[in-house]
Amino acid sequence: MNLTYLVLAMAAVTYIPRMLPLVLLQNTCLPRYIKSFMGFIPYAALGALIFPGVLNSTGAGNLESAIVGCTVSILLAWWEMNLIMVVVGGIVASFIVNILLK
Amino acid sequence: MLTKRSKFIEGVKAGLPVAIGYIPIAVAFGILSKSLDIPPYISVLMSLLIYAGASQFIGVNLLVLGASFGEIIITTFLLNLRHFLMTATLSQRFDGEVSKKWRAVLSFGVTDETFAVSVLRQEDKLSKYFILGINTVAYVSWNLGTWLGLFFAASLPEVVKVSMGIALYAMFIGLLIPHIKKSKPVVVVSLLAVVINSLIYWGSMLWGFSNGWGIIIATIASAAVGASLYSEGKEQV
Repeated sequence: MNLTYLVLAMAAVTYIPRMLPLVLLQNTCLPRYIKSFMGFIPYAALGALIFPGVLNSTGAGNLESAIVGCTVSILLAWWEMNLIMVVVGGIVASFIVNILLK
Repeated sequence: MLTKRSKFIEGVKAGLPVAIGYIPIAVAFGILSKSLDIPPYISVLMSLLIYAGASQFIGVNLLVLGASFGEIIITTFLLNLRHFLMTATLSQRFDGEVSKKWRAVLSFGVTDETFAVSVLRQEDKLSKYFILGINTVAYVSWNLGTWLGLFFAASLPEVVKVSMGIALYAMFIGLLIPHIKKSKPVVVVSLLAVVINSLIYWGSMLWGFSNGWGIIIATIASAAVGASLYSEGKEQV
């Protein structure tokens, strides 16, 4: 029962930062700088989310498969493949490297 | 009626790469929490109610390390502050009036991944049904994956599980690269975020602060630099 309370509290502190801006900021007229700032948020967040996190993505000590998977995904994305192909290509490439290095 | 349904289905399709990426991570969460002797109903509840990968992993880890509930709750909060930026950005993209009730429901499904897929759409304004579609398919896959991990996972070979860890990063790459090709400001901002986050990441190993802050600081700082450099001219993104 105690653990259930913990989960509820964690759910609350996860939900609140998600919910407040979306509910409070209706389509208001924001200053140009803020609009530009918000326009850059997705690209900034993606950059920070990708690196260096990707280096550990295929498990500790599997740097090679992470780098190869990452490179294959970058190439597929550069050739404007469908997003699912980019994901599947990255998985298959790291899988092959993992098999070869075992 | 028809457009509502077709927007929802369009959202489900757009969310499929997210759903694929969630399965291995949610399976890993299920396996980890089972191996740490967390009661299965707690893990199921976590995926249903918290629905945030990093928080759930850190939650069960801290729990096993004997951290206090207060510590776990504060860490979860810090880790999720970045969603504050994301939903603030998303709030500017709705198509027409969207009621507070709808906004409260949609905000529950905002994650790094569903956010990125939503806001990087080409259309300027997004339908609430479209976002609901993305959120639904991602949420279902996260919870399905948790169940698979808790109750059926032993059969997946280790090498498959490990290789699938790249899935979400591959998706982030797939979302970012096409924009990098098109816009120099995007190149500058995203590379700056990589550099700042790397400095914080390797710096934090030396000084010991949480990497949850790294992503927030890198995101705010590089978006602010981008806005200062490019908000006046025509190079808007």
